Parts: sequence; structure tokens; C-alpha cells
Amino acid sequence: MQDMKAILKIVNLKKYFPLQRGILSRHYDFVRAVDGVFFEIYQGETLGLVGESGSGKSTIGRCILRLIDPTEGQIWFQGRDITRLSRKDMRPIRKSIQIIFQDPYSSLNPRMTVRHIVGEGLKRNTNMDAKARRERILEIMEKVGLLPEHYDRYPHEFSGGQRQRIGIARAIVLNPELVVADEPLSALDVSIQAQVVNLLEKLKEDLRLSYLFISHDLSVVEHISDRIAVMYLGKLVELAPTARLYNNPKHPYTISLLSAVPIPKVGRNRQRIILRGDIPSSLKPPDGCRFHPRCFKAIEICSQLEPDWKDTGSNHFAACHLF
Amino acid sequence: MIGLGIIILNILVAVMAPWIVTHDPMKIDIRNRVSAPSGVFFFGTDDYGRDIFSRVIYGARISQYITILSVVVAAVLGVVIGAIAGYYGGWIDNVIMRVMDAIMSFPAILLAIGIMSVRGGDLYNVVIALGFVYIPRFARIIYGSVLSLKEKEFVEASLAMGNSDIIILFRHILPNCTAPLIVQATVSLAYAILAEAALSFLGLGAPPPTPSWGNILSDARNFMVDAPWMTVFPGIAITIAVMGYNLFGDALRDFLDPRLK
Amino acid sequence: MDIVLEIKNLRTFFYTGEGVAKAVNGVGIKVGMGEILGIVGESGCGKSVTALSILRLVPYPGRIISGDILFDGINLLQIPMAQMRQVRGNRISMIFQEPMISLNPAFTVGEQLMEALRVHRKISKAEAREGAISMLKMVEIPDPERRIKEYPHQLSGGMRQRVMIGEAFLLDPEVIIADEPTTALDVTIQAQILDIVYKLTQQRRTAILLITHNLGLVAETAHRVVVMYAGKVVEEGPVEAIFENAGHPYTNGLMQSIPVLGQSRRQKMRKLYEIKGSVPSLFDLPMGCPFNPRCPSCKNICTKEEPPWCTLGPEHYLACWLFA
Repeated sequence: MQDMKAILKIVNLKKYFPLQRGILSRHYDFVRAVDGVFFEIYQGETLGLVGESGSGKSTIGRCILRLIDPTEGQIWFQGRDITRLSRKDMRPIRKSIQIIFQDPYSSLNPRMTVRHIVGEGLKRNTNMDAKARRERILEIMEKVGLLPEHYDRYPHEFSGGQRQRIGIARAIVLNPELVVADEPLSALDVSIQAQVVNLLEKLKEDLRLSYLFISHDLSVVEHISDRIAVMYLGKLVELAPTARLYNNPKHPYTISLLSAVPIPKVGRNRQRIILRGDIPSSLKPPDGCRFHPRCFKAIEICSQLEPDWKDTGSNHFAACHLF
Repeated sequence: MIGLGIIILNILVAVMAPWIVTHDPMKIDIRNRVSAPSGVFFFGTDDYGRDIFSRVIYGARISQYITILSVVVAAVLGVVIGAIAGYYGGWIDNVIMRVMDAIMSFPAILLAIGIMSVRGGDLYNVVIALGFVYIPRFARIIYGSVLSLKEKEFVEASLAMGNSDIIILFRHILPNCTAPLIVQATVSLAYAILAEAALSFLGLGAPPPTPSWGNILSDARNFMVDAPWMTVFPGIAITIAVMGYNLFGDALRDFLDPRLK
Repeated sequence: MDIVLEIKNLRTFFYTGEGVAKAVNGVGIKVGMGEILGIVGESGCGKSVTALSILRLVPYPGRIISGDILFDGINLLQIPMAQMRQVRGNRISMIFQEPMISLNPAFTVGEQLMEALRVHRKISKAEAREGAISMLKMVEIPDPERRIKEYPHQLSGGMRQRVMIGEAFLLDPEVIIADEPTTALDVTIQAQILDIVYKLTQQRRTAILLITHNLGLVAETAHRVVVMYAGKVVEEGPVEAIFENAGHPYTNGLMQSIPVLGQSRRQKMRKLYEIKGSVPSLFDLPMGCPFNPRCPSCKNICTKEEPPWCTLGPEHYLACWLFA
């Protein structure tokens, strides 16, 4: 993997959201949504990003697209630092990074037809004339499994799964290199999820895409990703190739996360690790290792010092004092 | 559809006024003063002997003109102000909306009266006064819609395409605000007609002898019991106009909703 | 096993401007005492409406058209509302998906629990308070004396759901209907919640109707499973039978289309099995078996007549022409 080209590189990414303490107060608390994250995405791979609420995974997705501006850190795309680019400079790059959203209902403008939704990017970023645009839109529609007669229809005339297809069409119409998929399956029925997952994989092959697949559903992430990054409370706790993460998880959070996922196989004899307590707030994360209050393997140093990001061999990284 | 019909009728009447009137609305004819409705004077005459029918017809013209213009002014300005406040947020939002709150805290009529007394009883001043009074209502409505719409994911998608704020406002956000906008517009039109009538009634609206529905009513004040036709007919005209705007607004709102196509 | 609740031939339709949606279209379900029954299906299958029908909480424009719901010798669909209210919360209670909207944000947790207790039992305020505190202890909420004075928004999602569960178990009902109780929760919190629910049901022999679209949840918690599709029950049986030996093409299709943690890598599956097409509109159901347009084993008769109820194994039944 090392010799493959990294198309995206995140260096020490931080995003803090200010929260005003009182109406008249000058002081701000900060929600540390993302607090120092490093990773890379290589050409043609799917990097899964998993975490529960408060982990910061969605925020990272939006930072990459510069829909939100990072507080600190750098985002490198195809060797270029895009962290602080102006909107004007960012425009030509937007063709290459796109996003698929979670909610098929609010991610499409109810007043626009499929033609306009998918064609908006073309109009804005290419010089194609109306005829060329139409052809391209129909071509993409076919790729995502929509019929030509859907061209002039409005979102409300489609089912959730079909709307998600429209969203996917919109994302790929400009031939991006990287697609950020932010929980694209969560709002869909189980049997439709399978269709969309297969579609995403097929598109990845046909169009040579790379994905950042953000999700809380570990089973799907395991199926679709080449590598998986696990986040907790704004920090990365583990990063490994999928098979290694599943077979040999290192970080206690990953271990408990994996054991908490219900598996559709019968027999309640699984060794399940039940974590105590709730996920803490990102306003005041615990000292030292953020996971230590709930960690079943915590040792003394965990409450004092934040663990380093360690390479435990074979491209498997974890942030834990146990290593 | 009835609403549309009524409005069209109203507008037609207003436009065609010079041809429909049977008498010169300003012509004073003392001999026939305060006469009941008849074949000659359809709605009767007022205390100056002027034909009320003709005055009501002409009044339609003036009243429509004033109300539509003032609501258009209020809507355009209100939408711009509300959209900017809602979209950009921060201190712009605070400043703008507090100013809007300040204006709204005055009772509409009083504010209009205040403006009129400063500027004088000119027709255009009525438009300005009413327009000014109604801006905050539009601004608020649009502000609320924009606030919720700008968080929608399809706006984010558009940003991800590289679209500028202006394009997003016009292509994505504003088209989705039309429903509340139309409702507010029709409500405002209805109120504006009444407000204009009130202003004219108080002598601050269209200057006499120009007939506006309010004026006619005002002149008829002393004759309410003895010559009811002097108040009833302009009153009915106002009622029908208000109803027309309301019905039309409802229909238009439904018509524009792609979900109901 | 003693049957504590039995639904027979339930039909609940929604009369809307666009036509009649046959949300529940002839559903029969039996629940035994202390049994955890998983009701699975995707959106539109009718599982939530069935739950609401049991407690007669179906919102307008829905109406229960026909059927019987037998509970402890009475037919819930025929008793007067006053009597129904005595059943709700007291003998049959419900847990909803979104704890934020099912708990009243204007009242403290303690007030809500105490209200629930005092509506159905003649006890004093002090006793109600004790009851509330001990229930919070049961659902493993730390520091319950302090918590009962807090408002719902001061608690995390997981805590709120625990309060909901506490409220559901509070009056020791015979049946608890849990409608997607953990869908809005994080996976690690979900594990905690299920653990608590499991312990409580074991202790009190409460029957649970676990309504969910999450097959993993059902596999790990339920004793028996009912699979619903487009307003009908298509298969039911013991959990092992359903997961290891399902007969109905829809059940099989569902099982094969979900990625299983650990499985896909081992089997090097690149593609998930897809059930073609999508769920039919409830206004316009196909003739015959509702699944027929999407069924890979569809025969001619499937498009003409509704399939009969067949037996596949001990306590294992399904509605499919392939087994008639």
C-alpha cells in the first residue's frame, strides 16, 4: 500500500466549534469535534471511517470538502494544500471531490427535477452545451440504475432508494477522484441497502473512484472498506486494513465496538463486552486518553497522558498505552 | 380559482374604469344628493350628489394600485433583508432583525399615520408608508425559511459543486420559500386594503376628491343609518377584494407546490 | 407455553386522499408469557401499525377494520375506552424509538415516573417516589435520587431510553411492546440497553414484542420471530429455525442481503445478494402474494391467489406456494 499514491492526506486536522457560555459572556467553550486527526487515502481504495455520536466523523467529511473550514491542520489533495484556499481557488478542485449525503429526503431540492439536480454541477463546472449535458446526464442516470423517463421527475416521485441513486448520480457526474459518502445507507431499508452498496462498489470499479465511507454500521463498513479508521471523541484510536481490524483489534474501544454489534446468527454465547457509562461530551473530554473512563483495560497512565499513535506492524496503527 | 376570478375582475374593473362608469365620479350634483340606488345611480349618491357606483369603480383603481404597489415594495425589500439576515447570520442577522423588531413593535396603523403626517397626504406616500410598515413581516417569514433551508443537505451539495452564495440563494433557497411568501403576501394585501381604507377614512390617504374606498366610507360616516347604501357598497367592495386575494393566494400556493403536481 | 396475547386476522387501513393504504392486512400473532418475540420487516410492512393497533393508538386516518386482539380473556378491540386506558401502561406498555419525544420535556423524570405509577395505583406520593427511584436503580442509572429531579434534556440519549424502559416496566405489565427501541442509539449504548431489558424480562416473565428491522438484534435476543411484508405475516418460527432454515424467499433474501460482521471477509463475498425491485405501495398491492413481483421463485399461481399458511417444521410456519 505504501507505494500507492495517496490522493488525500489529512494532517493534524482540528475543528472546534465555539459555544457561547452565556448570553453576555465573552468566554467560549469549544466543542472539540475533531481534535488532531491524521490519515491518508490511497488511489482506488475505500477507507471506512467509523465511530459513534460525537466521534467527529461527519465533521471530517465536511472539512475535506471545505464545507466547513478547519480550525487547525492541513488537508492535502493530490499533493496540493487545499486547507486555506479561497472559494474561487477551490472551485476547480471541487470537480474532483464530491459527497453523498445520508438523508435522501433533505439532500435533494424538492423544486428541482433530476435533470437539474444532476446537471447543476455540469453547468457550473464545464463548458458543455445543453445537448452534451443531456447526454451525459442520461449516461450517468443509466449507470446508477435510473430510467431515462426519470429525467424530468421531481424527488417526491421517487422512493428513498431511488433518491439516493439521484444523489449518487449528482456526485459522480463530474468524474471525481474522491467521493465522501456520509452515512449513505442509514436512512434506507435493509434490502435497499444491499442494492446501493453493490452500486457503490460497481461504480468504484468502473470509474476508478476512491471512497471515504463514513458510517456507524460496522458490518457494512467491514464489507465495503479496504482499510478502516476508528474514531472516538474527535480522535483516531485505530487504523488498519479491514481483515486485520476484525481479526485482531488492538484498541479496547475497537474491541468493545466490535463485540457490541449484533450479528444475525443465533446463539447468545458471544463474549460480549458491555461498556460502562455514556459517551462523554466533546465539550470537556476526559484527561489523558479520552477513552479511559470506560476502558476495561485502563492502567494508571491512561488518565494522565494521551497515548501516541503507534505502528504495531503490518500497517496497523493504534493510540493506546498498552502498546 | 374563484379567487383568481375575483382578482381579475377587480383589476379589470380598475383598468376599465373610465369606460364603465356611468357618471363622472367627481361631478357634483346637489339636486340628487343622498338618493337611494336607482336605475340611474346604481349605488345611489353621496352627500355631494356624486354617483357612488362610479366612485366605487374608480375607488377600485386607486385602492388596488396602492395596495398592490405597497405590498410589492414590502415584499421585495423584506425578502432581500430577510434573506441576507438569515443566510449570513452573525452580527448582520442580529442588527437587521432587531431593526425589524423595532418597526414591528409599532401598531401598523399608527406607524402609517405617523409617516403620512410627516410626508403629507400624497398617493405615493401612502405606498411608502404601507410598504414600510409591512417590510418586517416579510423579512421575518423569509428569515425563518432561509434559516432552516440553509442547513439542508441539498444546499451543501450545491456548495460542494462550487456555486456561489448568490446562486444558492436564488436557485435553491428562495424557490423553496415561495409558499410562506405567498401566504404572507395575500395576508398583507388583505390588510393593506383595510389599512388604506383606514388611512383614507382618517383623511390621511388619497386626498379628496379622489375616490378611494376608504374615502367613500369616510364621507359616508354621517349617513350610515339614514343612507346605508353609501357605506354598504364600498364595504362590500372591500370585502370581496380581500376575499379574492385570500382565495387566490391559497390556490397559488398549492399550485406552485411540485409535490401536488 | 401460555399465550398471553393473541392477534387474529387484524386489518388496519388508512383512508387517505390518495386511496386506502392497507397497512395491516390480515395479521395473526401469538405471544407467550415471558417470551421475546421479534417482529421484523422493512418500512411499510405494518409492524409499527400492528403495535399501535394493540393499544388502539392508531392515528387518523387509520382505522382498525376487523380482527380480534385477545388478552387475558378479553378482546381489546371491543372493550370500552375507559377499560382500555387501564390496560395501557399498566398491563401492556410501550417503548418508542425516540426517547426525546416520548418523554415530556416540561416535566422532570421523577414526575413522569410518579405520574405513571399514581394513575394506575392508589399509592401516596412518597411511595411513588420510592417506586421511581428503585426503578431507576433497576435500569442501572447511577445516582437515581439526583436524577429524578432532572429534565429529559439533561440526560443523554442512552439514559433517556433507560428511563423509557424503566417507565415501561414500572407497573409490571404482562406485555411490553418495544418499537425500534435502540435504533436511535449508538451501538455500544444499544448493547447496554439490551442487556438491561434481557435481565428484567428474565426476572419478571414479561413478554416482549421487539419490533425492529435489525436482524442482528433479533437473532441475539428473541425466542421467536415473525417476519412481515406489505401488511402480512410471511413467516414465523423459533429464532433458530428462522435464521438457519428459513423457507420464505423474502426471509431468505433478507438474510442474504445483509453484510455479516466477519462473514464477508471470510467468504470473500464481493457482492451482496440483492432483492430486486422495492417494497410495493400499500395503496396498490399486487394480486396474490404481495412479494411476487420481486420473488426469484415466483410461479404462476403466486400472481393470482394468496398463498396458504403452511407448516415447515415444529412451530415454524410460512405463507408461500412453494410449500403448499
